[in-house]
Amino acid sequence: MNASALKIGTSHPRGDAVAKAAGTERYAADLYPQGCLWAGAVRSHQACGRIISIDTTAAAALPGVVKVLTAADVVASNRQGIIHKDMPVLCDDLVRYCGDPLALVLAETKEALQRGMSAVQLQLEPLPGLFDLDSALAADAPLIHEDKPGNLLAQASICKGTGLDGFDACSVVVEGSFSTPVQAHAFLETESGVARLEEDGGLLMEVSTQSPFRDRFEISHALGIPWGKIRIVAPSLGGGFGGKDGATVQCLLGLAAQHADGRWVRMQWDREESFKAGYKRHACRMEYKLGAAADGTLQALHAKLWYDTGAYAHLGAEVMELGMEHAGGPYRIPHTLIEGWCVYTNNPTAGAMRAFGVCQATFGFESMMDLLAAKLGMDPLELRLKNALVRGDENCAGMRLTTSTGIKTCLEQLQQHPFWQDREVWKAASPAYKKRGIGLASVFNAAGYGGGVRDAATAKIELTPEGTFLIHNAVTDMGQGNSSAFLQIAGHILSQDASRVLLKQPDTRTAYPSGSSSAGRTTYTFGKALITATEELKARLLNWAGMILFLQDNDGLELQPGRVLHQPSQKEVSLVALAGYMQPEERVCLGQYVAPTCKEVPPTAKGFFIGFPHVIFGYGAHLVRLEVDSLTGQLTVCDYLAVTDGGRVLNPGMFDQQVQGGVAQGLGYALMEDFTVRDGVVKTPDFATYLIPGSLDIPEIISIAAQGEPEETGPFGMKGIGEVAMNGPLPAVANAVADACGVRLCHGPLTPQRVLAGVKG
Amino acid sequence: MTIRFNLNSIPTECDCPSDRRVIDLLREDLGLTGSKEGCGTGECGACTILVDGVPKLACLMLAAQLEGTQVETVEALQQTDQGRALMTAFAEEGAVQCGYCIPGMEMASLALLRQEEPLNREQIKEGLSGNLCRCTGYVKIVDAVERAVQECCKI
Repeated sequence: MNASALKIGTSHPRGDAVAKAAGTERYAADLYPQGCLWAGAVRSHQACGRIISIDTTAAAALPGVVKVLTAADVVASNRQGIIHKDMPVLCDDLVRYCGDPLALVLAETKEALQRGMSAVQLQLEPLPGLFDLDSALAADAPLIHEDKPGNLLAQASICKGTGLDGFDACSVVVEGSFSTPVQAHAFLETESGVARLEEDGGLLMEVSTQSPFRDRFEISHALGIPWGKIRIVAPSLGGGFGGKDGATVQCLLGLAAQHADGRWVRMQWDREESFKAGYKRHACRMEYKLGAAADGTLQALHAKLWYDTGAYAHLGAEVMELGMEHAGGPYRIPHTLIEGWCVYTNNPTAGAMRAFGVCQATFGFESMMDLLAAKLGMDPLELRLKNALVRGDENCAGMRLTTSTGIKTCLEQLQQHPFWQDREVWKAASPAYKKRGIGLASVFNAAGYGGGVRDAATAKIELTPEGTFLIHNAVTDMGQGNSSAFLQIAGHILSQDASRVLLKQPDTRTAYPSGSSSAGRTTYTFGKALITATEELKARLLNWAGMILFLQDNDGLELQPGRVLHQPSQKEVSLVALAGYMQPEERVCLGQYVAPTCKEVPPTAKGFFIGFPHVIFGYGAHLVRLEVDSLTGQLTVCDYLAVTDGGRVLNPGMFDQQVQGGVAQGLGYALMEDFTVRDGVVKTPDFATYLIPGSLDIPEIISIAAQGEPEETGPFGMKGIGEVAMNGPLPAVANAVADACGVRLCHGPLTPQRVLAGVKG
Repeated sequence: MTIRFNLNSIPTECDCPSDRRVIDLLREDLGLTGSKEGCGTGECGACTILVDGVPKLACLMLAAQLEGTQVETVEALQQTDQGRALMTAFAEEGAVQCGYCIPGMEMASLALLRQEEPLNREQIKEGLSGNLCRCTGYVKIVDAVERAVQECCKI
């Protein structure tokens, strides 16, 4: 029995930690239903081509092969996509990237599946592919999607103040061009799930997903199964980071189930398939121009951002738009012009990933801030503090900030830290052949879906007949710990210990649509709904206890672990007894919440579809101390400090987990992660070629919560910080390299080769 | 072929192809899904088990190699003081996020604990350098192992 009290503001161990540490937590990848079939997709080895024929005869005739399906077997739209439905479940005419699925094989065993997949005969007519932004944007470029002229998924702009005219009054102007690489989510549990068709024709699927409720619509649209007959169960994810937001295996699995005569079908992508066919972070090219007055007051910004979205849309347009909304950093800039292009190519599909378009722009902008500071001869921290947004300011997109805005507090706390105070001493103590540098980055990241999208949740909590509480979580836990936060929220309100509050992971049959696990909105939105539901349940319990104990009102009545106690009389009634008195429907409470939206949308944005503007932001101030090896160009990150404004911290331990994890992923992005595609072919299909940080690559990461104000709209004053930490490392590291060697590196990641080339000029 | 070995102290007999991957044998045939497969090519460490006390990657081993060995998986952690100390430390120090790397991390850590020597953070990081984690940044994982080392190696 875990009898520790669940209290907001304490580092209570996560509710899932014991099962995960014991190896008993069951992930989608752990499911091997008795007698299940194995499904696998046959994928294109061409990046761009027309399908001449797909001959399945030989494959279908092999022993152990049960079915070989092609697009002809898909009865509905055969198109998936969260907003823009342009991605075939199985290609029907063209292939658009190396990895596009062409056939789906069902087999009795893994071995038979491999044989069957190898035996499918593909005939493709190669077409010229477009593998970079310039060729895709060329006037005579062939169209990757016929209905998308110019190969543009989206083109948009934000213009604030007098736009480019703002440069006229600037005393100092700096310019820079930057690029960032493709990044893979590299979650350790690859895309996986099991499914079967039920007797009533409905589809049951247990799958590693960030969006179980939305998956029903995607599957329904693509495969023609009525969405009301689709049940998605979503156990804990072995990592997500955005890469499991939207259909991965879902539609393929659903299609397989439609042809499996009611048998279970299992699909799991291997690592190579995950790297090739899974979604990625957009590569980005940026051009920046920033102007300021002589005293360092920012005046004008011109930013141009090009995002390579690959073969299909996924959330590419929305990624670009969020990047644009953040392109000016957490600063006051009266005049801005921010332009964005989201471009189709024949590269693997890019989509959602932690810090969704923002970490690219942050690299550009925070590099520019250091360039500007150098030109002004100003301290880079002073420059940031001078221009930091405060509540009531307009951000770079023209949105007036009405919620908690803690960037200044973050910077001030960083300023007080010994890493900053003692920086010159530390740098001077550099060992032989090493140069030490210190780099800063101010970061922010919106929370919530943004304008035009309903960011809502419906929470459900029940008192069980055993006298415990059960939360029906509806937003999956990909590891960020939202379900533990929900246990803490409900336990706190109900004054229960950890043994008496349980949680069921999402099941579309027993929980209610609450959006995806994404966008820094998971704990925020569902948490608010859960507070409402839990408060109502508490009121019902007190009312029942009052009736049973013959009390005229609730005075002196309090919930305690397992019981309601009347303090003055010391009379009590157990929760088990109360559960027995209450009707089943009375033991269940629902609560709804809709996140706040901007009521006065600034007329600054053009070409945006949805998701503009955002009203709540998490903020952070980051500092890195590193050493550059002058002989090899190798960077050693010695220390990392992140001060983060997430409003009120519900669980300091879990807060640090998110910050440290985000920083580590950001350091991978800064130092080594370089998903390489040549002529559409992935050159980094495994962990030997696509390097992510190991334990020796990551320094001690110090996470400090900003002593700022709570976010009044959030559950107990919190706001989401799952993404913001990802934004800091790349610009901070680049700024530290510049500080150490005087060399400005503008292309990520900052590999030893690039650093050495920079140092040698 | 028939393969005999001790699995988490239980004499075990398996009838399977000699070239069946140990990770498949454990997860699919024996139902021990605690060991995870993250890459299948020996690069991530999620499938780390102990074979005769030595950390091995179950995705790179074949069933025949288990003949006559002592195999330990995450499922055996609760059987020993060191294993329990590790699990508690991982849970309480906040080392667990998505948790998918954790069984492998713990088995690599168990091998470190058995050296019964005090280990500093650098040595712990070195000992875990074959195990990838995408969630935590390793800081709290090292905290957890450091705590378990202190508890188990009271020298």
